[in-house]
Amino acid sequence: MPESSSDRPRKGGSDKSAGKAVAVRKAALAKTVTATPVPAAAVATRATSGRLTVRKTYKLYIGGAFPRSESGRTYLVDGDNVALASRKDARDAVIAARKAQPKWAGATAYNRGQVLYRVAEMLEARRAEFVALGVPAAEVDAAVDRWVWYAGWSDKIAQVHGGANPVAGPFFNISAPEPTGVVGVVAPASFLGLVSVIAPAIVTGNTVVVLTATPQAAVTLAEVLATSDVPGGVVNILTGNAAETAPWLASHDDVNALDLTGVTDPALAADLERSAAGSLKRVVRPPADGTDFTADPGLGPMTALLEIKTVWHPKGF
Amino acid sequence: MFEYAPAPESRSVVDIAPSYGLFIDGEFVPPASSGGAFKTVNPATEEVLAEVSTAGPEDIDRAVAAARRASGPWSALPGAERAKYLFRIARIIQERSRELAVLESLDNGKPIRESRDVDLPLVAAHFFYYAGWADKLRYAGFGDNPRPLGVAAQVIPWNFPLLMLAWKIAPALATGNTVVLKPAETTPLSALFFADVCRQADLPPGVVNIVTGAGDAGRTLVEHPGVDKVAFTGSTEVGRQIARSVAGTRKRLTLELGGKAANIVFDDAPIDQAVEGIVNGIFFNQGHVCCAGSRLLVQESIAEELLESLKRRMATLRVGDPLDKNTDVGAINSAEQLERIRTLSDIGAEEGAERWSPPCTLPSQGFWFAPTIFTGVTQAHRIAREEIFGPVLSVLTFRTPDEAIEKANNTPYGLSAGIWSDKGSQILAVADKLRAGVVWANTFNKFDPTSPFGGYKESGYGREGGRHGLEAYLA
Repeated sequence: MPESSSDRPRKGGSDKSAGKAVAVRKAALAKTVTATPVPAAAVATRATSGRLTVRKTYKLYIGGAFPRSESGRTYLVDGDNVALASRKDARDAVIAARKAQPKWAGATAYNRGQVLYRVAEMLEARRAEFVALGVPAAEVDAAVDRWVWYAGWSDKIAQVHGGANPVAGPFFNISAPEPTGVVGVVAPASFLGLVSVIAPAIVTGNTVVVLTATPQAAVTLAEVLATSDVPGGVVNILTGNAAETAPWLASHDDVNALDLTGVTDPALAADLERSAAGSLKRVVRPPADGTDFTADPGLGPMTALLEIKTVWHPKGF
Repeated sequence: MFEYAPAPESRSVVDIAPSYGLFIDGEFVPPASSGGAFKTVNPATEEVLAEVSTAGPEDIDRAVAAARRASGPWSALPGAERAKYLFRIARIIQERSRELAVLESLDNGKPIRESRDVDLPLVAAHFFYYAGWADKLRYAGFGDNPRPLGVAAQVIPWNFPLLMLAWKIAPALATGNTVVLKPAETTPLSALFFADVCRQADLPPGVVNIVTGAGDAGRTLVEHPGVDKVAFTGSTEVGRQIARSVAGTRKRLTLELGGKAANIVFDDAPIDQAVEGIVNGIFFNQGHVCCAGSRLLVQESIAEELLESLKRRMATLRVGDPLDKNTDVGAINSAEQLERIRTLSDIGAEEGAERWSPPCTLPSQGFWFAPTIFTGVTQAHRIAREEIFGPVLSVLTFRTPDEAIEKANNTPYGLSAGIWSDKGSQILAVADKLRAGVVWANTFNKFDPTSPFGGYKESGYGREGGRHGLEAYLA
């Protein structure tokens, strides 16, 4: 079982609800909005409204749908029964990601930019919900801004990272970046980290299977994505234990790249990288000394998951 | 048909020493006790050309230590000064290109026409191109202050020995790295000649170190804890082993591996040009080319006409003495490679494909294989799936562009592809859908230092050449 279930005591339902309510109220104050409740207000407690709250079931996000784990397993995180993804879920997610990839990559860069900007809009609208889940408000804001930043890259990266090559002969010669394909991602624990690994992968036309250890925020992000015109299968999110599921992605022959940014155990990272060598996946290693996700990410997170295609054609009459 | 009189290039233009040491810290030194020696032969005659040292673990240690010592001062040099060393090297290569071309053909077996007109000009151009980058790195798009990685371990193949050396060493040095390079076991001589070029250029000792040997030496080098960067060109299988060996380290890795390129000919292609492109695609350098167009995909409606024309053209290929200026197809690089080509070709015939070679007389000494095509090949045949790395073409047909794309991409490799068509929109649409790092449309096997080269999928990762080629050597 993952750490989070063993080293965190299970909270009582009312305690949890009260905690969330406090957070929601703080958020509401900060925005001086009280009349229009954000969706997170659904967690309002028995104490304030006199009615029983409707809790959310945290499930996986595969192919645009929210299935339970096919294994039927759940684990407990902060009082929620969260789906514990299995090998089969990982493989289903790869199938969904592969199926979605050509069409997503084939969409115009302008269109992908619009979709990512729509993600920013939806995230902004659900800001309080993330704050209620314990994500610091500043981090949610930074995550919204990161979606906007990457949205703008969709139709610029090819110009910055490709171009005409002045070959010594009568040839037209041009290099352009293309998505590498399906990317397996072990996401970092922070919400901004999660957004900072998904956005650069998908903006260029990759599709992703994301393993996350912060399930509530990740599944809530999935709800944002599901309402943002992101085609089903472009982002697939598996909650659970990365040490259990990541090896299946690392050895999966239909995965083109592996982003290990969120792996904190060096031995696991080395094992996954070794396993990824079987089909020569591109591997993004965990940063040597952590990543400051608030800093300018630069081009690296995008270019690490891009191929360069160079096309030649003769010139002549 | 014309008869050709022999037109041999003189082999006496280049001096080959009877034996060579290892080039470490600016000097040729004998191998330490853990090392040894082996012979390199002319594959066209099986004559021994020289005895070459085998680097043992102690030698690799010494070479890496020398590169490490040189790394600080070399990376601290102003880029403009590093550039001038590289410009010098480029010039010396141009000045001595006749010697180098002959040496390359002797050790590798490739026709002198190719080493003289393709390999050597590209080698010099590569050094010239990257020389110019050395003092312009902050404009390359990799940050304001791009830094070298340190010591690069570079292992190169035998098919383009000096060109692969240039692809590795030029960008590494321009970016301020120092290198330990291991040439292939069967083609060490041009790299050892290059060591002398470095000395002639007064390159500081230790900036370039050349260690010779077989796979063991290469493995010791890439697994050495003192290297920061590994660059390998060679087989996908060895590439996988290297990728495993660097797992869990901070070593950066680039791999240029195998290929099984589709060369797609549409029904509107100019047939004569396409035939020239097919021949160049698979028989250039005896087919010892990772990006060779080894799978011909021809649209069914023109298959018969095209194959007839191809066979007629193949009958004019001159196979023989690599030093003869009229030779089109030289010697297979080694007995081992010849055996692999024979084995896979026999499997092709056994699996039911139809084999054809033009009538041609092969020399009695040396390693030779006649240009060969297989027709009636299906995607399940091993000769359509595995890299043969020889002058053997597998011919498949297709009816629609979608079928061509599907077949072209139906391979774990993704290094290169060819498209022959007179319809611009079709070329661009197909090029978009091919999963390959280099797409040649109405041409094939063209290379240039400004043009990034490298593969998708199991053909490796990273690019060599162009601005993109700098990235592999910068932090």
